[in-house]
Amino acid sequence: MKKFRTSRTFPAIFALSACEGPQSAFDAAGAEAARVLTLFWVMLIGAVAIWAVVVAIGYYATKTRPGQHSEKAGLRLIIWGGCVFPTVVLAMLLFWGLRMMPDLRPPGDGPTIAVSGERFWWRVAYGVEGEPGVVRNLPIGGVPSANEIWIPLGKRTEILLGSPDVIHSFWVPPLAGKMDAIPGRVNRLILEPTEVGVFNGACAEFCGTAHAQMGFRVVVVPETEFTEYVRAQAQPAAVPESEGLDLFIRNGCAACHAIRGTPPDGVVGPDLTHLASRRTIGAGIVPTTVENIADFVASPDHFKPGIEMPAFGMLPKDEIAQIAAWLGSLE
Amino acid sequence: MTERENTAADGPDQEDEEVRRGQEERLRKVWAAPKGWRYWSAVNNTEVGIWYTAAAFGFMLFAGVLALTMRVQLAVPENDFLTATFYNQVYTLHGTVMMFLFAVPIFEAVAIILLPEMLGARDLPFPRLSAFGFWCFMIGGVFVAGSIFFDAAPNAGWFMYPPLTTDERYTPGYGPDIWLLGLSFIEIASLAAAVELIVGTLKCRPPGMRLNLMPLYAWYVLVVAGMILFAFPPLIAGDILFELERMFDWPFFDPSRGGDPVLWQHLFWIFGHPEVYIVFLPAIALVAMIVPTFAQRPILGYSWIVLAAVGTGFISFGLWVHHMYTTGLPAISLGFFSAASEAVAIPTGVQIFVFLATLLTGRVIFSVPMLFVAGALATFVIGGLTGVMVALAPFDWQAHDTYFVVAHLHYVLIGGMLFPLMAGVYYYWPIIGARKLSDRLGRIAFWLMFVGFNVAFLPMHWAGLMGMPRRVWTYPEALGVGISNLVSSVGAFVFASGVLVIVWDVIRPRSREPYAKRNPWTAGTLEWLARMPSESWGVRSVPIISSRYPLWEQPNFVDDVDKGRFYLPDAEEMKRETLVTTVLDGKPLHCLRVPGPSFMPMIAAIMTGAVFIFATFHWWTLTITAMVLSIASIIIWLWRGTAQIPEKAEKDVGLGLKLPLYKSGPDSIGWWAMFITMTGDATAFVGLIFGYFYFFTIHADFPPPTAVGPGVFWPSIALLLFASAWTAALFARILNRAGRVGPARGLMAAGSVASLAASATLLWGPFTNGLDPSAHVYPATVWVLAIWTAVHGGVGGLMLGYCLARSYADRMTPEYDIDISNVALYWHFAGGTALVTVATLAYFPMLM
Repeated sequence: MKKFRTSRTFPAIFALSACEGPQSAFDAAGAEAARVLTLFWVMLIGAVAIWAVVVAIGYYATKTRPGQHSEKAGLRLIIWGGCVFPTVVLAMLLFWGLRMMPDLRPPGDGPTIAVSGERFWWRVAYGVEGEPGVVRNLPIGGVPSANEIWIPLGKRTEILLGSPDVIHSFWVPPLAGKMDAIPGRVNRLILEPTEVGVFNGACAEFCGTAHAQMGFRVVVVPETEFTEYVRAQAQPAAVPESEGLDLFIRNGCAACHAIRGTPPDGVVGPDLTHLASRRTIGAGIVPTTVENIADFVASPDHFKPGIEMPAFGMLPKDEIAQIAAWLGSLE
Repeated sequence: MTERENTAADGPDQEDEEVRRGQEERLRKVWAAPKGWRYWSAVNNTEVGIWYTAAAFGFMLFAGVLALTMRVQLAVPENDFLTATFYNQVYTLHGTVMMFLFAVPIFEAVAIILLPEMLGARDLPFPRLSAFGFWCFMIGGVFVAGSIFFDAAPNAGWFMYPPLTTDERYTPGYGPDIWLLGLSFIEIASLAAAVELIVGTLKCRPPGMRLNLMPLYAWYVLVVAGMILFAFPPLIAGDILFELERMFDWPFFDPSRGGDPVLWQHLFWIFGHPEVYIVFLPAIALVAMIVPTFAQRPILGYSWIVLAAVGTGFISFGLWVHHMYTTGLPAISLGFFSAASEAVAIPTGVQIFVFLATLLTGRVIFSVPMLFVAGALATFVIGGLTGVMVALAPFDWQAHDTYFVVAHLHYVLIGGMLFPLMAGVYYYWPIIGARKLSDRLGRIAFWLMFVGFNVAFLPMHWAGLMGMPRRVWTYPEALGVGISNLVSSVGAFVFASGVLVIVWDVIRPRSREPYAKRNPWTAGTLEWLARMPSESWGVRSVPIISSRYPLWEQPNFVDDVDKGRFYLPDAEEMKRETLVTTVLDGKPLHCLRVPGPSFMPMIAAIMTGAVFIFATFHWWTLTITAMVLSIASIIIWLWRGTAQIPEKAEKDVGLGLKLPLYKSGPDSIGWWAMFITMTGDATAFVGLIFGYFYFFTIHADFPPPTAVGPGVFWPSIALLLFASAWTAALFARILNRAGRVGPARGLMAAGSVASLAASATLLWGPFTNGLDPSAHVYPATVWVLAIWTAVHGGVGGLMLGYCLARSYADRMTPEYDIDISNVALYWHFAGGTALVTVATLAYFPMLM
């Protein structure tokens, strides 16, 4: 059957998958994630205790004889166990849980970064100006990038989230909870990292066939390094002339991709000006190597079924190799 | 003939065995299911209920197989057993089928079987409506579930968020249309069942059964059916907007033309959260019947549990936003909905502690049903506690849309619904199959399911917090959840093997086993009057009730019922009859003739189904043809089967009580059914109005200052015409009742014409002003409200015409006036709808 078709190249390519950083809410490295993790552990301990008591009462109830406990005692159990106890515990939990909310997402004191969820990758723009509000698309401008977001340590970076197509959800479990990217709206999320490192993020709202492979990286660095990084990203492409570029243009890649400092200026797909500086290609799918770029160009849907990029496997192998070699040099 | 004896002043001698045998023969003959191929024209609650239950379980097994294929795919990282596109269909269909084709329908199915038995009624008040609902469910269910065999199943999750689903660029093909139209059709079936069950509970109780003597199951049915009535219509309103966008590009959810995708989420979850309790409460109702039996004592804290059930029902409508914590709503809403979501844990806790207290004060017998109940409580409490966690917005920001939520919802649904349901299957099987299911197989099945379930789902909490989002067709090895997923997959198969053991226990041939003894669990409630094997008539005579557990507490009860010493011990006119009583205190009101077997419900369901199926594929000519045929078949069904004038005004129902055979107005069941149906209808209308004012609140200018509306003139004329039709319907009823048939007929004709003119005029406003519904959300909203109201005018006109024809055919007279009485009631709602529509569309913008 077609539905169950297997692809021999598939697992082999998958085995290359890159997943260098943690993606776990247990490895909290951000202010919000750390507080929510504490909340979770407290709730978990409480839940286990309550569950044990309820099951113990249930077990005991089946072992007693009639007459051993009066109906009055039974009614007291209903009132205290079913009504008073939950009311008190839940009130306390609400008081604590809701009181932490205003502190969790305070106004930012660091850079503002626009992130747009698009089928099936993340458009990133550093240094955008503008407030979140009901606008269709994110503020345009800033330094464009894709699928890898650098943020400074110890600062509250404001992420503005939007989408031009369908609803996505931006989630970096070690740093903070998730926030939806909704067409026609701009949502904001605060990331306040407490450790340097590379963290994995994922799309959490189903957005179509390749939803499972719409990942990204968040790279936390000291503030000076962040500033340096954004300045480097703002530069035009490192290799503005090559045979690879000509082939890139001739084969139509420029319709979707921009490489600043060269003629290609497509806006549909990710900006590739500094592709080689990013850790992964294909939205967090595989490490950036020349071989992976070549394979990806030849058959992107083997890496990522449902991807919107067409396959270029019909091109001569050496042309793909030249394009890949050139893209791989764009640090 | 015995007929003469029965009409004698003293009534038949119930102590005479010969008399009783004659009565039983007549009852058996009247209530017998048709034979041969005509069997499928049966409408009695026992037949329809069993078909319904079997079909719902069939869909559950199908969705279970889908779940297993998902678990195979996810067993190891980076697997390619299923493709991404197929996996997305599988998980969407798994959720959709489990929710819409199993969890909700099984409540209706089981209630159709059990409710009449528990209320000592011979049948539900509208057997043909039950049958119609079943056939709708069957057709819609096969259509939706079957789509996966054509690689055309819906593939965007069971809550279908736009714009992914409304835009053909993102979801080409028919998948979302099949979901939308197939399920809208099934929602109609659910509403039909809700009407049936509410009227059944309120009006068909046995004499003496005041509301506070009702079995708990009936209370839960009342609460749940009421919830269906208010929860499903907003989804139907959402479905209408959704399908108009997908098919005709009306931009309700498209932000570039003023729409908003979040509106769908509100409409969906206003339905979707009560839905969870619609699924959970009926299962708790089964527990509430089982626990007293196995504790061998009445429930302790009856009023507490009733109050808790009603409270849960109410609170469940105020929680929907907890599914939307990550959509960027203001913190104040998050705080409010967090608090409301925590609050619902309190009535739930009360219900659990009522069971614990009942067990504590009783003598507990540990049979298979009790084992499942114990497993259910242990499992459900975990789901409830994780529910308390995710109800808190900050934690939900992490857990939302991950496997933590997948684990949570399965603990709630399997612990809160499937295990109690299995307890119910083992408990109630003797009523259906006349034999107990196997104790040994039941225990094996329980332990396989209980262990398998926890092995499968407990690790998912961890996987979710490890960073595994839900709805992923695969995951990278480096995520570190490979082992936990493998364990989940193994658990899923162990769980499934437990389900298979139950399936085998149910279907294995057992004709050599002896019948179970009557009331095999020595229970105290009316359904256990059933003989083994049970008779299709239900109760031998309709008893007088003075206790919550009559079999335990009323002396000589079973014998009195069996000897026909109560009401309706006979069917002397060879008609199917049951008693209708007052809503609060169960005083006998009249003797209801319920209709017998007919193919009309099936034909009407097929025609209605054809409308939805043809519309899915945009075959408009066929759709309109099917629509006409479906209306025609419903009219034929009503004409031949409802409001039949009896051969005599009243009859002796036993114990010297004479009751009328025909009642109209609030004493009749038809009036209540119309009232309840129209309440649901009005709720859907409120959903659409909510849409209008939702856009008003999110936009600075709504209606946009430059937009042309429907104007004031034409809507005002339409309102005037609607008011005339409304008045005409009202006075037609009054004059007809007063014996002035001529003027009444004149008013029916005039009202019919006025309502059609009103509809046309209402549509003329937006049409003549050139409102283009695909240009912006404002004209689209105007059109949808105008069309909704115009359709109600059209139906109202048709109804008045129907009454006119009934009057000329002498099927409706001043004395026997159910038709016009119910139509006048319809017009109160239709008139109100017109008033609100015109006020919103024409007058509200003037206030701005």
